[in-house]
Amino acid sequence: MFDRIQDAIGGAYRALSGKGTISEANIRQAADDVRTALLEADANYQVVEAFCEEIVAEALGREVTRSLKPGQEFVGVVHRKLVELLSPPDGAEPGVVQVAPPPTVVMMCGLQGSGKTTTCAKLAAYLKKRGRSCLLVAADLQRPAAVDQLRTVAEQVERDAPGGARVLFYAEPDQVGAYGEAVGVAVGVCQRALKEALRERVDTVILDTAGRLHVNDELMGELERVHRAVRPHQTFLVVDAMTGQDAVHSAKAFHERLHVDGVVLTKFDSDTRGGAALSINRVTGAPIRFIGVGEKLDALEEFHAERIAGRILGMGDVVTLVEKAQEEVSEEEAAALQEKLARGEMTFDDFLKQLRAIRRMGPLKQVLGMLPGVGSALKDAQVDDKQLNRIEGIINSMTSAERRDPSLLTASRRRRIARGSASSQQEVNRLVKQFEAVSKMAKQMAGLGAIGKIKAVRQMQGQAQQLAAGGGFRPKAGTRTVSPKAGYKKRKAKRR
Amino acid sequence: MALIKGVLSKVRSGLRRTRQALAAPLRSVLSGRTLDEALIREIEAALIQADVGVAATRRLVGSIREARSSGALTRGEDALEHLKAELKAMWPSADRALRLADTPPTVILVAGINGSGKTTTTAKLAAMLQAQGKSVLLGACDTFRAGAVKQLEVWAHRLTERAGAGAPAVHLVRGAEGGDPAAVAFDACDAAVSRGVDVVILDTAGRLHTQDPLMRQLAKIRDVAAKRIPGAPHEVLLVLDATSGQNALRQAAVFTDAIDVTGIILAKLDGTARGGSVVAIRQATDIPVKFIGVGETPEDLAPFDPDAFVEALFATDDADRAA
Repeated sequence: MFDRIQDAIGGAYRALSGKGTISEANIRQAADDVRTALLEADANYQVVEAFCEEIVAEALGREVTRSLKPGQEFVGVVHRKLVELLSPPDGAEPGVVQVAPPPTVVMMCGLQGSGKTTTCAKLAAYLKKRGRSCLLVAADLQRPAAVDQLRTVAEQVERDAPGGARVLFYAEPDQVGAYGEAVGVAVGVCQRALKEALRERVDTVILDTAGRLHVNDELMGELERVHRAVRPHQTFLVVDAMTGQDAVHSAKAFHERLHVDGVVLTKFDSDTRGGAALSINRVTGAPIRFIGVGEKLDALEEFHAERIAGRILGMGDVVTLVEKAQEEVSEEEAAALQEKLARGEMTFDDFLKQLRAIRRMGPLKQVLGMLPGVGSALKDAQVDDKQLNRIEGIINSMTSAERRDPSLLTASRRRRIARGSASSQQEVNRLVKQFEAVSKMAKQMAGLGAIGKIKAVRQMQGQAQQLAAGGGFRPKAGTRTVSPKAGYKKRKAKRR
Repeated sequence: MALIKGVLSKVRSGLRRTRQALAAPLRSVLSGRTLDEALIREIEAALIQADVGVAATRRLVGSIREARSSGALTRGEDALEHLKAELKAMWPSADRALRLADTPPTVILVAGINGSGKTTTTAKLAAMLQAQGKSVLLGACDTFRAGAVKQLEVWAHRLTERAGAGAPAVHLVRGAEGGDPAAVAFDACDAAVSRGVDVVILDTAGRLHTQDPLMRQLAKIRDVAAKRIPGAPHEVLLVLDATSGQNALRQAAVFTDAIDVTGIILAKLDGTARGGSVVAIRQATDIPVKFIGVGETPEDLAPFDPDAFVEALFATDDADRAA
């Protein structure tokens, strides 16, 4: 999503790194590129102006001009500044801060269509996974069928989401009114819901309020009354990540009325450049707590400034990737696989298991996008999850003996597999080759130290970019240069 | 016709209220001042803050600079008028009216990303057509979002009730939640033909334009409608959220790629957002803006008026200054 910013900053970086020493004019030029990129990303005008002034001042103040690697120094300054801009001002923890004694009351508010109801459900799923029970309260009495929507998703979370805690639902459907007719009623509903929460001893109460315009005084007044009546421990503002310049106005208005404690940025899985993320907490002071990254109930992530800033600068988001992987693969499983890999005993079954784990982590494009350096290469590429379907199909057409021992795969067996999976023999051949390459690489990796691994990952990146460009898994011959040092490391690894 | 006029004037007065509250300041900032580089920067900032976007803003400001150096513009007011003329010229007499089929039923497909306001807009469109004496059938093709069908059902019920005796009813065709939206579209078209309804409005599920499979599903809905009623859909309306920024461009491009959008409805223009992204969209594509959404009641849909829109684009308010 931050691709464009990455490009521009990358461009500035390249421009600067080519020069031994740089002048103030160079820095200003680079900062101007950054400014354009941020504006195109919908970051607020004033925020961008201030941001660029600051990085220029800081870059000059740090005497970047005399540094040996001014380009890197400059990117360092931009990165630090971005993290600063995106970080919670008070160093607050991400997620939902629990209070004792329970229940913790969380109030959701925002404009129409920002994604409040969906976010409520995702938050409930998030809490359920962490063993915390919650009560979802339908305080949106304006939009037709909003109560039904929340009831349905609450039931989905209760039934389908992983975790053991209870998910309850509270509504008073007879209080629903047409637009503007049920103003004020939400106050009573929320108060009675709170009593219900105490009776049921739930950990967290989530209030789903109606979407409203920040300039509608009557409805904002209602929100204020709800706020006064239930005294929520946390008030979350739900904001569409695609919001333009207006983001600061609405966020500011909600913040002034309710004192917003946190922001949830939704629809982050779109290709928005997400400048709203840069503006909001700078203008309101309210930190971003969560980001919504998909339609599924588990598509809610905690917001970490470092990671997003890293993504902006093309450093990738390896931390999130690792966390996601940990959620999918248990530690014992990982350790067992590690050993197998080291012995060069990876089978197609393991491969399939890994493949499925990756797919559970999200759409392939999203997962690959978190890898450093891959994001910008993916910008225009069509990464089709269906290719993975084909790979699964091919492996599923193998006998278990074949899966354990790929050397069994003779031409006639491959023909059979191709027929069985409705693919061509070339596709089967390609998969087997890829599998062999991966298993070889894995064996090497397993024997390497930390630095060697990083080197190997770097090599893989090149391949991943070509994969993203739609060119299959194998890099074209002669386009990749292996440094003598990497070659040495490889040989050294083999000797071990 | 009297009914329509009444409705329209109500919308107009509502618009005027918001606009008057916002308008004027930029004009007062500009008037009486010499057009210099500092003033041009201010105009640039105003355009950016209206979500017009960097590229479109550069082009517009570039034309001001050009006109200034040729001596055509010397004062702030001149620049503003120049800019307005330039912008208004972007929407000449492009067809802003709803395209109706020669022989009913007309099929209108409504699409957009999640939360842009499709269902509410669908209800408003129905109310507008109903006020014109047309019978309307709503196809609830959003079988994905929980409560979406119910939401449309409530609207159909309210509109029918509101119309009272004499006015045409608003029909609804629905499918099972989680069912195939294309099947609902087919049933809706089918029912429209057999009931002799004038206009079918298909309300589809919100989808991010980055979701290829969902975009293909949308194309399927369109194709299925065409299969049942040749020439359908007669209008493919993309609902854009006025508060969204430059991503609106991507939305317009990708949705047009998938289903040949014929018009834009700019929703949620009743807040402080200016919806300047349609300027960038108009520059990049040829899609006209047909309607704007200015509130939550069924009457809050107005034809797009370039003059009023451009005026509002240059209104500054306190929020801008304070931010």
